[in-house]
Amino acid sequence: MSEVVVIDPVTRIEGHAKITLALDGDGRVADARFHVTEFRGFEEFCRGRPVWEMPSLTARTCGICPVSHLLASAKTGDAIMGVTIPPAAVKLRRLVNLGQIIQSHSLSFFHLSAPDLLLGMDADPTARNIFGLMAAEPELARRGIRLRSFGQSVIEAIAGRKVHSPGIVPGGIASPLSEETRDGLRARLPEAQATITDALTLFTGLLDRFHREVRAFGSFPSLHMGLANPAGTWEHYDGHLRVVDAGGAVVVEGIAPADYRTIIGEAGRHDSYLKSPYFKPLVDDGDDPDAGAYRVGPLARLNVCTTMGVPTADDALAEFRERAGGTANSSFFYHYARLIEILAATEHLAALLDDPSITDSRVRAHAGINHVHAVGASEAPRGTLFHEYTVDDHGILTDVNMIIATGQNNLAMNATILQIAREWIDGPTIPEGVLNRVEAGIRAFDPCLSCSTHALGRLPMVVELVDAAGATIDQFRRD
Amino acid sequence: MNKPRFATVWLGGCSGCHMSFLDMDEWLFELAELVDVVHSPIVDVKEFPDGVDITLVEGAVANEDNVEVARIVRSRSRIVVAFGDCAVSTNVTGMRNPLGDPQSILERVYIQGPDRDGVIPAAEGIVPPLLPEVLPLHKVVPVDYYMPGCPPTAAEIRRAVETLIAGRLGHIVTEDLRRG
Ligand code: SF4
Repeated sequence: MSEVVVIDPVTRIEGHAKITLALDGDGRVADARFHVTEFRGFEEFCRGRPVWEMPSLTARTCGICPVSHLLASAKTGDAIMGVTIPPAAVKLRRLVNLGQIIQSHSLSFFHLSAPDLLLGMDADPTARNIFGLMAAEPELARRGIRLRSFGQSVIEAIAGRKVHSPGIVPGGIASPLSEETRDGLRARLPEAQATITDALTLFTGLLDRFHREVRAFGSFPSLHMGLANPAGTWEHYDGHLRVVDAGGAVVVEGIAPADYRTIIGEAGRHDSYLKSPYFKPLVDDGDDPDAGAYRVGPLARLNVCTTMGVPTADDALAEFRERAGGTANSSFFYHYARLIEILAATEHLAALLDDPSITDSRVRAHAGINHVHAVGASEAPRGTLFHEYTVDDHGILTDVNMIIATGQNNLAMNATILQIAREWIDGPTIPEGVLNRVEAGIRAFDPCLSCSTHALGRLPMVVELVDAAGATIDQFRRD
Repeated sequence: MNKPRFATVWLGGCSGCHMSFLDMDEWLFELAELVDVVHSPIVDVKEFPDGVDITLVEGAVANEDNVEVARIVRSRSRIVVAFGDCAVSTNVTGMRNPLGDPQSILERVYIQGPDRDGVIPAAEGIVPPLLPEVLPLHKVVPVDYYMPGCPPTAAEIRRAVETLIAGRLGHIVTEDLRRG
């Protein structure tokens, strides 16, 4: 008799994501599925809106990475206007994205994952959270909070607000950066760099404790995709698409983001509001889209680049590759990659703040509608984000498509929880600790709450053992 | 005296209100002294507990799960605050309302949208059905206070929370929650 295990947010309360595990007749895991349970319909209601409004509107897709949407949307707007934006505007947009990488990755590491990593996957669930960390490791928690705050302050300084900033617009940036504000940011950099350097040391020191997680938390060969510039340097704002395979060989090089449809398809699923993008060249009609699973985000970006473009982060990248044995294929290493990206972001940020032209007053290009179709992309903290708009002669949107970063990891997240479930579940009695590990496998991808999965923090879970007829045989609640 | 029991929940929103909450930064240490944070998407694993004093609710009510959560939260909380514009007025989450029947929206997104395997997500017990119309929180359960903003700033949230904890409720609407 087969069974289905539903790992469900308690009474669907935080019901934004669920997991089901199917067990075969011997109680072994046959399948694992990750379900996204929220739908808001941006692609539909954005039709009819003016292209000028799109950055601010689409920022509301996600409160964690609004900057990614602001950038992808503004870049689409640039292309519709057909303008080359002023150099200082490019630099400021880069700065703001670096600020976002710092704040979002800090949130993922310190606020959400450090409780698992430092207090332990099997620690008391009621204390395994940021407040528990504040009590147990106040200094570390305080430094993590301040690091996130630094990233948010960079965003606020350049774009006007910490969340849903109005300052990133088609054509550039709304207002220039003052020297005073720049100096204020500069003054906070040394603390940020000290915090991330210590966090990296802490994390690599912990890795020995997590051998089994490194081996079984979504460790499988897959493609990795991200933006890279022509020299192969780590990129987060411009560049072309590069795809490497599990051994690091370049599979796709130099595809313009505007041509994303030549390599990315989207498959629907009956049990999730999150569609599954797949790598088209590997999936023939009628094939399972799983064959085209690829990963995006920090892990993938570190795998596709040849250098971080800054010295200290390059040392960290070399050590990362050594520990991973070359291309990193364990999803557990997302955490590690995230920390290296924070380090790189602080170094790139320092260089940009030292550039005298960063305070240039010319930061915005003006134009009307010169093209009716365009694609804009940026590297969101969680991976490559695409906006594609078609407009009429007045700049009113007639069609919208958004490929969200977390969605692109959908197939890989499913493979990850399946691997974790198979590694830790043995027979129909589900050990309590397995639940947190399944969650932690999802958390390694840092799925964005609102862009897609809506699973900030831990998912409260109920596991139900259900027989083939749908009757509940057993229920396990984790509080 | 026992500390007030404090909670936050998140319905149909973008999490931006919660991010603004986290932007209170190190004041979170003080908050942890002032209240017991008993439930929150960033904090806890528990089912929404009984006997909560103050609950901030982010997001509009967009699907059947949201309705269920809103009712549970109301029945177990002394004070419910509509936290942010989505909860107050549906805001961006409600922008699908003028498009009408959600079924036709879903058809366009999930049948015509994908390159393959187009299907409207509907697994029972897994994917909650959408409400015909996105509702502000107060249309589903009684709300005690409203905190507008998309999102409210960290300073505004702190002021509101401090005022609620201190029980100086009359000041909130007139003074402390003014926008801008
Ligand atoms: S009010 Fe604004 S910030 Fe808050 S959830 Fe709604 S869209 Fe997000």
